[in-house]
Amino acid sequence: MTAISNLSRRGFLKGIVGSGALILGAHYVPTLLWADESAPNRTQVDLATLHPNIFVGVDTDGTVHIVAHRSEMGTVIRTSLPMVVADELDADWKRVKVEQAIGDARYGDQNTDGSHSIRSFYDTMRQAGATARFMLIQAAAQQWGVPASECKTDLHVVVHSASGRQIGYGELATAASKLPVPKKEELQLKKKDAWRYIGKGMDSIDLTDLCTGKALYGMDVRLDGMLYASIEHPPVFGGKVKSYDDKAPLQVAGVQQTVPIDAFKPPCGFQPLGGIAVIADNTWSAFQGRKKLNIAWEHGANETYDSGAYEKELHETARQPGKAIRTEGDVDSEFAKAGPVFEGDYYVPLLAHASMEPLVALADFKDGKATVWAPTQNPQAVQAIVSQQLGISKEDVICHVTLLGGGFGRKSKPDYVAEAAVLSKKTGHPVKVVWTREDDIKFDYYNAVAAMYLKASLDAKGKPTAWLQRSVFPPIPSIFDVNAVYGDASHLQQGWTDMPYNIPNIRVENGPAKAHVRIGWLRSVANIYHAFAVQTFTDELAHRAGRDPADYLLELIGSPRTLNLKATGYPNYGASPDTYPWETGRLRRVTEMAIEKSGWGKRKLRKGSGMGIAAHRSFLTYVAAVVEVEVSADGDITIPRVDMAVDAGLVVNPEITRAQFEGAAVFGTSVARSGEITAKDGRIVQSNFYDYPVARINEAPYQTNVYLVESDAPPAGVGEPGVPPFVPALCNAIFAATGKRIRQLPLSRTNLARGVDSSRTQAANGRPWLSLSE
Amino acid sequence: MIQLKINGVARSFSGSPDMPLLWYLRDELGLTGTKFGCGVALCGACTVHRNGEAVRSCVTPMSSVAGADVTTIEAVGGNGLHPVQAAWMKHNVPQCGYCQSGQIMQAIALLRATPKPTDEQIDDGMAGNICRCGTYQRIRAAIKTAAKESV
Repeated sequence: MTAISNLSRRGFLKGIVGSGALILGAHYVPTLLWADESAPNRTQVDLATLHPNIFVGVDTDGTVHIVAHRSEMGTVIRTSLPMVVADELDADWKRVKVEQAIGDARYGDQNTDGSHSIRSFYDTMRQAGATARFMLIQAAAQQWGVPASECKTDLHVVVHSASGRQIGYGELATAASKLPVPKKEELQLKKKDAWRYIGKGMDSIDLTDLCTGKALYGMDVRLDGMLYASIEHPPVFGGKVKSYDDKAPLQVAGVQQTVPIDAFKPPCGFQPLGGIAVIADNTWSAFQGRKKLNIAWEHGANETYDSGAYEKELHETARQPGKAIRTEGDVDSEFAKAGPVFEGDYYVPLLAHASMEPLVALADFKDGKATVWAPTQNPQAVQAIVSQQLGISKEDVICHVTLLGGGFGRKSKPDYVAEAAVLSKKTGHPVKVVWTREDDIKFDYYNAVAAMYLKASLDAKGKPTAWLQRSVFPPIPSIFDVNAVYGDASHLQQGWTDMPYNIPNIRVENGPAKAHVRIGWLRSVANIYHAFAVQTFTDELAHRAGRDPADYLLELIGSPRTLNLKATGYPNYGASPDTYPWETGRLRRVTEMAIEKSGWGKRKLRKGSGMGIAAHRSFLTYVAAVVEVEVSADGDITIPRVDMAVDAGLVVNPEITRAQFEGAAVFGTSVARSGEITAKDGRIVQSNFYDYPVARINEAPYQTNVYLVESDAPPAGVGEPGVPPFVPALCNAIFAATGKRIRQLPLSRTNLARGVDSSRTQAANGRPWLSLSE
Repeated sequence: MIQLKINGVARSFSGSPDMPLLWYLRDELGLTGTKFGCGVALCGACTVHRNGEAVRSCVTPMSSVAGADVTTIEAVGGNGLHPVQAAWMKHNVPQCGYCQSGQIMQAIALLRATPKPTDEQIDDGMAGNICRCGTYQRIRAAIKTAAKESV
């Protein structure tokens, strides 16, 4: 539990506390910290004439400064949260300036991960804006000698309706700054019908820059006198340099020196992997020099890691009893009865992030202090690892957050920033570390490989009477604890513990798996494999029962009720179950909406086409996806249409939210079509987009329609929740089109060509255990 | 010494003729709008125009641009926005935006060669440009808008 507190000059005014959130397994209590005059890292907000809190300030010329403390990687969060502040302030958006925060504990949590920026900071941002508005109204009322209750705001002005007077925010800033900051209880938040921006939305403040090449990413940051570094990492996770010869690299024009970086001390956490850095005058020289390095490695224990053998082990473990994490009724006695039992094995491999911007960071270590510029999702984690690596205090690490060229969870893990800091200290120059695409693919924190086993006993109508599901995957906590082999609650919750069906006997289990590579968060994380297994198995049961898969899915979801998962310690993504209950009625509603909007069962499809459905709740958002697929005689797939119905509670920026779900469908297409990282002799096999392909325009869904449920429920996540239901909906559509059941990803493992028996393809691949038995 | 024009400005380059144009643009000229994505012409993030044609600058050695006219995202709109950039904004195409310089440069080249592209021609023209955020649907719409508005 990291409780962040600060004794501010106006300490008595502390008290706005955002909704608690569980982020990546670490609880935190976000506290809105009021203006702290002693803060070393002053922002334009801090310097503004009126600055009642760390998020908003008003200058005498009427400029409103708003701090964006979350990282911008394409979700438009650094527009959407400031927009909430501006709305409550009744500010003219054209007069708002948004400033990106550095890493600073004053802001509470800054890890832009887990689809929680809006939900964790929506209330805080509203209160931040409302506080400033309150003070401006008070100042105007005093000036006019009228009760504040007779005054209100209109766009960037305070108005006294009775006398028709009005006065601008800028003119009021000085007087307002002398007033006491109101308590939270005194604030009056706007009514919904008075919202200017919330729910209507705004384009990204970066839109023009993004379209004209002016936007600055981590890759684009430059400092006078900086050097460029490219690092040869140990090819096997946990390996070390035995010896190296740098004569040849030093002959390359532009190369200045080579610098060894120590291997990490387990557990790896976010430490650099180690290796040899080639330092040069420009990026290309560093790359060229690195190719000429001659290094002898000591590979260590992971040299025997082979992903094929590992896959088999995972499946075998998944067939053994595991640790029960949720038990309702008695599945064993139900299975022992004479009725039919159906079972299946599912598999999803390691996945890489492959953000378009390879990892990069610039660091300048001078006079015992480090200043870094990085495309990071987590600037406070940057401060922590850089301070640890350099032996300085966190406060002596200034982390500037640039735009991120994609993140998807990889840029929450700042090993690459620590590398730049270490090299700057060792060379005495500012150093920019640039990873190649090959580095990015081979030295990722991969989304876990997972094997899942599901088993159900069925009544005469084919409805489950008992349901067992067991997943096995190397857990993310293994990067912090080398002995961690079981899933932790925050990842088991992701579409596993909370299997929502209305079945009397349920057991959810998890089995052990040891990690041989770094495992980490990737967009929607464990939901990817859990939703794939549950939603595919559901579709199989529907077909087995001769039922329409959509009807069958609705029947399993059942009538509206609230899941009670208290006994399992279900973390509910860190949100209170009172504020964000697990409501099957909402899952049902999006499912019905997707069925209706997609024309399920009503549209005439072309030959070789099929439709598939899946529904899933993740990051507190309910999503149903219907995917239409066309499979050619040769087995090539195209995706003409996707319909996604989404209940994310209140949606702050609808157009941007729709774009997130369109993107999730493409991300899911990449997972399904070709997402697979494999290892041989401990080395990652893939290296670039030719062997780790991601969806291109001709492979991505042609049209994704996104339907947002109008809701006053508190806001939930939108960046990740589209991915999990998309993947099984696509695979279920392929079954509808071809009769071929996809139980292992990616699709490139299965020959979908007409006339080819795909179960035989699987056996030929040496995976006979994947066949279903009954 | 290699002489060339970058965004209308005469330049001379005296480094290794094998150095890719990408790194000359980025590291030496500070024209960072052109992006590094894969280094092997698989993603299109580094797309620029060489004498009006789209090329992947990450695999275009300086020796092959001697005497050439190179245009990057920074100058493709002249003093304002190119119609393709305007269409990109209208459709709210970018998410993270990192690939979009390359997408826009590729789309401009596509529309020069094929002013009214069909869906298939858009696929053919744009399949070399990866967008990991998945903005393809909006890219397609923006290209169609730009094609319509440049009548």
